[in-house]
Amino acid sequence: MDIIKIDGISKSYGDHLALNNIGFSIPQNSVFGLLGPNGAGKTTLIRIITQIIMPNSGQVLFRGSPMTAEDVRKIGYLPEERGLYKKMKVSEQLIFLARLKGMSRPDAVKSIKHWMEKLDIMTWHNKNVEDLSKGMQQKIQFIATVVHNPALIILDEPFSGFDPVNANLIKDEILELKEKGATIIFSTHRMESVEELCDQITLIHHSKILLHGAKKEIKNQYRNNTFIAEYIGQIPISDNGFEVLETVALEDEIVRSEIRISDDYSVNDLVNFITSKTRILSLNEKIPSINDIFISTVKPANHE
Amino acid sequence: MNKIGLIIAREYVARVKKKSFIIMTILGPILFAGMMALVFWSATREGDQKLIQVIDESGLFENKIENTETITYQFILADVEQTKQDLIESDAIFGLLHIPKINLDNPEGIKFYSLQSPGIAIEGGIEKRIRGIIEDEKLVNSGLDQTLIDNLRAHVDIQTINLSDSGDESESNSGVAFGVGYVSSFLLYMFIFIYGMQIMRGVTQEKTSRIIEVMIASVRPFQLMMGKIIGIAAVGLTQFVLWAVMTTALTSVTSSLILDQPSTTEQLAMQAGGELDAEQIEEQNKAFDLMSITDKIDIPTILGSFLIYFLGGYLLYGALLAAIGSAVDSEADSQQFMLPITLPLIFSMMMISIVIQEPHGSMAFWLSIIPFTSPVIMMMRLPFDVPAWELALSIALLVAGFCGTTWMAGRIYRIGIFMHGTKVNYKTLAKWFVMKI
Repeated sequence: MDIIKIDGISKSYGDHLALNNIGFSIPQNSVFGLLGPNGAGKTTLIRIITQIIMPNSGQVLFRGSPMTAEDVRKIGYLPEERGLYKKMKVSEQLIFLARLKGMSRPDAVKSIKHWMEKLDIMTWHNKNVEDLSKGMQQKIQFIATVVHNPALIILDEPFSGFDPVNANLIKDEILELKEKGATIIFSTHRMESVEELCDQITLIHHSKILLHGAKKEIKNQYRNNTFIAEYIGQIPISDNGFEVLETVALEDEIVRSEIRISDDYSVNDLVNFITSKTRILSLNEKIPSINDIFISTVKPANHE
Repeated sequence: MNKIGLIIAREYVARVKKKSFIIMTILGPILFAGMMALVFWSATREGDQKLIQVIDESGLFENKIENTETITYQFILADVEQTKQDLIESDAIFGLLHIPKINLDNPEGIKFYSLQSPGIAIEGGIEKRIRGIIEDEKLVNSGLDQTLIDNLRAHVDIQTINLSDSGDESESNSGVAFGVGYVSSFLLYMFIFIYGMQIMRGVTQEKTSRIIEVMIASVRPFQLMMGKIIGIAAVGLTQFVLWAVMTTALTSVTSSLILDQPSTTEQLAMQAGGELDAEQIEEQNKAFDLMSITDKIDIPTILGSFLIYFLGGYLLYGALLAAIGSAVDSEADSQQFMLPITLPLIFSMMMISIVIQEPHGSMAFWLSIIPFTSPVIMMMRLPFDVPAWELALSIALLVAGFCGTTWMAGRIYRIGIFMHGTKVNYKTLAKWFVMKI
């Protein structure tokens, strides 16, 4: 079942068209990657989902029916540009933000306690926010996002400002939230975390969708029978349906080549081809990373 | 608690807990009283004894110009040029009044020489006295029967008594009225300014610290803006009430002191009330009783109106300042928008001196009806018995005014808070105003 269905949404600011008839669905209980270069319209789309702004046309369906103000409460949104009241105590601030989401005070306190212990910042609860490190503040903001146990969590660049340890901590929390049934929309430039976390991705560029679907399927689409071989010796540049795209000399006389096989041949043929001429060390299929896909999709679109 | 309620509570608690609020609340009345005391002290300083020499060549005025409490007229027979020279060299003589031989029908050529500018009070006083004497002289010269003149004079005198009776009272009353009006309109001006600026600063801080991005997912921009405006208003009211309580306490303490020590009356009274003018205090020197003065002024109406006009004026200006705060990226950028908005407020402070001269004139009327100037001006006029319908109209328009500015501000605010790094000018603001979100 889809938790969110974006249905033909367009939005313009004056003459600038930010979103042009966008439509896709986000399956329940998935980690959904919303990708796109700067200025693609990601933040606009998120703000439309959270009803901060209204689309010029189209609608957002939440679990099959048009989104209501009540549904918006079930969203936890961590914006890219985020801040806190500097002069406020950590616990007071979290209670305030939780109550704005409609929680009662005791519920808020309970949930905040749970999360602060989990993220190991309980000792800071009585400090002013300005006394906290940036990473610590990010943790507070993360808690503020998930404190009311939202069904849909929207994270815009959640890892910016985190050191690797804390980034991992948050990554684990995101996966755990998914385990517990939440859906996560994840907007980022950091492709390695998309690779790691996302089930589904949508790539927006110039206010249009360029790619959409399950991460696995998209990656499969971009496989093109290319393999990476490491060996000692020499192979001809082109022969019998094997095309060497690139060759790099590594240390100790080892050579690495990228080789594409034409459709009539199999991997076994490639192995035979290389072993007949060299001492083979390794052979792997080159599976495109999301990063490669991102760049190869966005670049040509830029020249349109 | 609903969302606006939560925001109001946060704003209120965060601000009331601040050290600066607590310090200002305690020091405010003391500082303010001190300032007023200083003002009145310098105002009453003019009451130094002054000696004015009179050279009366016409012989009409000899010993007819009566001395006042502060001015002694000394008639001399001397050369004008010589006396002028003496005047420059002597510190004891304040000025020289030279009355040449004059034609009663066209009295020209009367001159007053002094080193310092005499001020309106002295100049007016001399003019009035000379005019009176000339009028008297003319009556006698008109050849009217002496009895008739006496009759006439008796008639005039009756009127004068009447006039001076009510005039006297209204004079002393208008002194108090002036004091009350001036202090309350000045306080109002200060409150609107200080707390309006707090709104602007608060909004800009929320915007630059990006907390707004976090909040905006849970509350509507308008709720956020209204919550802040109302929260800060509550802080202002709290401060006002605390000041009122403290001032009352201070007053009752000092007025009992005053009864014991009449010599220090003046200064203490000023510190205590801050609302009494010097004349009044002098009159009441012997048995200072605040009640007898406050009796003449409708305190509940003034206090009630103060609260209404504080809230109304604050909401009117506060909303506009919130819009500015939302539009700019830093306080420094707000300067260019501040001036046109605070101008009416500053203008109304400047107009006070004109309104005082004619508290029921058409200038005073219109300024106290137009929402942008009405809070300050109406507070000034109020002690002079403003008709109820004018007050009602003024308040109704003020309410309409702040509804209008709040609506306008809301439209700019909802866009402005998301805009970073945009160059903002009036055209941009207008664009945001009409923009659909």
